[in-house]
Amino acid sequence: MAPVLRLRGLGWSVGGATIVDEVSLDVREGEFLAFIGPNGAGKTSLFNLISGLVPATRGSIALDGADVTAESVPARARRGLGRTFQTSSLWPAMTVADHVRLAAQAASGGSYRIWRRASAFAERVGPVLERTGLAHRAGVPSADLSHGEKRKLELAVLLVGEPRLMLLDEPMAGVSAEEVPALTGLIRSLHRDEGRTVLMVEHHMDVLLGLADRLAVMHHGTLLALDTPQAVTADPVVQQAYLGEAL
Amino acid sequence: MSTTVLLAVTGLGLGALYFLVAAGLSLIFGLMDVLNFAHGALLSVGAYATWWAAGGHLPGAGSGGFGFVLAVCFGTAVGTVAAVVLELALIRPLYDRPREQVLATVGVGLAVPALLSAIWGPDARPFPGPAALSGTFGLLGARIPVNRLVLIGAAAVVLVALRLFLGGTRHGLVVRAGVEDRAMVTALGIDVRRAFTLVFAIGGAAAALGGALGGLYYGSVDPGQGTSLLIFAFVVVVIGGTFGAGGSGAATGSVAGAALAAVVVGLVQQFANYYTASGLGDLAVVVLLAVLLLLKPGGVTGRLA
Repeated sequence: MAPVLRLRGLGWSVGGATIVDEVSLDVREGEFLAFIGPNGAGKTSLFNLISGLVPATRGSIALDGADVTAESVPARARRGLGRTFQTSSLWPAMTVADHVRLAAQAASGGSYRIWRRASAFAERVGPVLERTGLAHRAGVPSADLSHGEKRKLELAVLLVGEPRLMLLDEPMAGVSAEEVPALTGLIRSLHRDEGRTVLMVEHHMDVLLGLADRLAVMHHGTLLALDTPQAVTADPVVQQAYLGEAL
Repeated sequence: MSTTVLLAVTGLGLGALYFLVAAGLSLIFGLMDVLNFAHGALLSVGAYATWWAAGGHLPGAGSGGFGFVLAVCFGTAVGTVAAVVLELALIRPLYDRPREQVLATVGVGLAVPALLSAIWGPDARPFPGPAALSGTFGLLGARIPVNRLVLIGAAAVVLVALRLFLGGTRHGLVVRAGVEDRAMVTALGIDVRRAFTLVFAIGGAAAALGGALGGLYYGSVDPGQGTSLLIFAFVVVVIGGTFGAGGSGAATGSVAGAALAAVVVGLVQQFANYYTASGLGDLAVVVLLAVLLLLKPGGVTGRLA
């Protein structure tokens, strides 16, 4: 069976500067792969390349064995790829339910009947709000949510599209310490109980060690190491490049 | 008293006309960041198409009763089609070149009046309308032209329809989200360009309806009508933005803000023109704009409306 995601020699350069350089890796179905590395190591840029936000300047990206290097963001989303962003990416004046409704629409695609009521998607919205613990906040504008709730809403927006491969870019960023366990629990459950493949950028090593099957260490745009958390943390090269100062 | 009532209703009628142009203008800017200088041309297209149809050129259409309704529908439809063609043929290919995009809309805004003038002449043509709409009725001692009410009614219907569309339909949801953050809508996997075309169609329909009913208001059509109305519609959009009618979302807020600003601009213009000197009303509107911008500059830079 083809891996869910296959990167071969993937690179991205802007104005002569190489941001992502020669990244090759395979992600198998149901795996949890975490990306660590110092700021500017190219982790978010790599996510941008995988999700199609920026075009690769070298190499190839394949989803389920199909080459998607030239495909648009929507086309890749239709193949089951979904992502969240490092900075909170919500529409401040729109309600929690509106966000999930819009995502449900995006996921359903196809039939575009202008006057079809948005509430036609209600049956998909409710369960996702329950799943992410936001049901009681459905009518609240996203601007009024706590950081943790905003992160949950981003996951809800992602989940309604039933992605098989989820790219989570620092899902804990800005979240208060008391909200972290619930969010971690939710992400773990999406992976373990629902079998989704997860790629996640995260700085909190303590969070990752309980979640990730493998760690990918990025440094200056390249993939420095890719192995089990135990092996990676024991790797002297990795320790020198990154973990030494971070841990 | 009767003068005040007449001025107020006429001001509201003018405001209704401004709103019909400004509603599309502010939605198009909010969603696409396109300043559509061709929006006045869409109004002119609607006005001339209605005039042409009501003049007996379209079978079934005419200047009275159902025939006139048909003529207005025809004019609105032609304006809508023109807006869609404009978006697909000119705006869409220039998405990555905003400066050229603005120049292209300015070009259309100049070319359409020139074309109308070349075909039907530069002079104002009398606008045929049903007798029922050319009369007046009494209100608190004033004789009010019926066509003012038609305009106000049409604008109210458009306002309610827009709010229903934005608040209760799936495309409305896309437009609302797109006005707040377009890139994120794309990131969700939604082809936001469909919403662009749709918003252009809606804006074009409202402007063309404004043109059709504006013919009643002015009693005539001329090639420059759209352009002069466009200037005030832009003022309305900017003032509407400073009102920042928030709470219900940027798109819904911009439509509500445009409606409120249209009423204010129409009233200020009418009253100032009557009580000071003719022409000062237009100046008063610009002064109002300047004062609001000085007091609340964020209204323009943040979101036009």
